[in-house]
Amino acid sequence: MTIPVRLIVNGEMVEAAVLPRTHLADFLREQLGLTGTHLGCEHGVCGACTVRLDGAIVRGCLVLAVQADGAAVQTIEGVSDSGEIADLQAEFAARNALQCGYCTPAMLLTAQDLLRRVRVPDRAAIREHLSGNYCRCTGYQSIVDAIEAVAIARSQRADAP
Amino acid sequence: MKAAAFDYLQADSVGQAVALLSRHGDSAKLLAGGQSLLPALNLRLSAPALLIDIGRIASLRGIAVAGGVLRIGATVTHAELLASPEIASHAPLLTRAIAHVAHAAIRNRGTLGGSLANADPAAELPACALALGARILIDGPAGPRVVAAEDFFTGLFETVMAPDEVLVAVEIDLSPDAAWGFEELSRRSGDYAIVGLAAHRPRHGTPRLAYFAVGTSAILARHAAVALAQRGATPEGIAAAEAALADDLEPHDDPEASAAMRLHLARVLLRRVVGPWSRSA
Ligand SMILES: Cc1cc2nc3c(=O)[nH]c(=O)nc-3n(C[C@H](O)[C@H](O)[C@H](O)COP(=O)(O)OP(=O)(O)OC[C@H]3O[C@@H](n4cnc5c(N)ncnc54)[C@H](O)[C@@H]3O)c2cc1C
Ligand code: FES
Ligand code: FES
Repeated sequence: MTIPVRLIVNGEMVEAAVLPRTHLADFLREQLGLTGTHLGCEHGVCGACTVRLDGAIVRGCLVLAVQADGAAVQTIEGVSDSGEIADLQAEFAARNALQCGYCTPAMLLTAQDLLRRVRVPDRAAIREHLSGNYCRCTGYQSIVDAIEAVAIARSQRADAP
Repeated sequence: MKAAAFDYLQADSVGQAVALLSRHGDSAKLLAGGQSLLPALNLRLSAPALLIDIGRIASLRGIAVAGGVLRIGATVTHAELLASPEIASHAPLLTRAIAHVAHAAIRNRGTLGGSLANADPAAELPACALALGARILIDGPAGPRVVAAEDFFTGLFETVMAPDEVLVAVEIDLSPDAAWGFEELSRRSGDYAIVGLAAHRPRHGTPRLAYFAVGTSAILARHAAVALAQRGATPEGIAAAEAALADDLEPHDDPEASAAMRLHLARVLLRRVVGPWSRSA
């Protein structure tokens, strides 16, 4: 039996019918075709499914689509299109902070979550905030480098007269 | 994996949640933050026929300080606890401990009530509830009741709550000028602990040393606490407390650590947590 839900996804109102057991990441991928949200483990450990729910990052595999009724969801597609993280994306590419790219959408959303709260976090704080996101390719060093570089660049831009 | 099919209902009030639980019995489960329940469903460790979502019940939300008591609603999230100035000033132990619970994205959903009801032996918050002498407010078909944290946890993932009861809130008596401390050892940031200690010493009175990830549930080290109360947080007091831990704890073996290693680490944590108290003792 499906349940009707209304939510805002990347700024657009979506009305849909969902099965209770469908989690938010599957709903975004299968019903809305937003496949930038990835699924690794489906039990909360890898972080690949990270999306924003009412502005806060969550595990897309650990939220039911029905629980998102009435909420505003942003996915990697939304924050890419808005340009919000264009500098992070460019820096990830420039520093080889992605290889296969599987973890990357979630890494970007998690990094942006930190940078929205802490202007220039130190490397330990960056690692701590990414501690719930697995990358099987890069060894993390270049990811931390990229985030640190963007934090410094943003703060210099903000300080510029 | 994907969860098996289930039905889903939203409860508007605690009364309605209790009524639904009573009607559906063991086949129903409450859904709070879902950060322990949904992994279990996705792994098919559990397959309830009905989930009752308590996430939108207004009376389960909020943090309040009144009449010398800090009251935290069951569905207050870990992230809300971490950011709360009331918690930071009246229960700094919780603020410190929460930073060790999982990762930011999980803390945005997971709740205090869910963590206590889940009673994972390696979880931080049950031990904090023990250390702070918290009271657990429960509602059920027979009406509300209050259980002291030390009577609440009964074993591995087990509590005194019946399947048709709802954890409503947690109350903590304010304890100004208390000494406290928190330490845990884990392999990676955000992992469940290998051994952990949440400790609280009221200005007048016996300290409460609550260990987690040692044995089948969070546990108060009572003999060690008495040793500290008698001799203070002095080198002799701490040595006596360390020795007493052998009587207090029943450490378990698992692939992370042997029982002997756990007891050793429990002693190391005792020194780290209680050592700094000597300056104020
Ligand atoms: C990858 C990962 C790492 C984690 N690491 C840690 C960690 O290091 N430390 C830690 O403590 N936790 C950790 N957690 C668990 C997390 O803290 C959970 O949020 C918490 O244990 C349960 O809270 P919840 O609100 O999500 O509960 P849910 O998952 O919704 O519920 C858990 C159980 O409690 C019951 N329940 C929930 N609320 C109530 C209530 N009000 N009354 C009665 N019963 C109720 C449910 O029916 C269910 O059986 C981790 C989780 C994940 C996925
Ligand atoms: S797929 Fe959600 S955390 Fe791994
Ligand atoms: S780039 Fe392959 S998992 Fe991170």
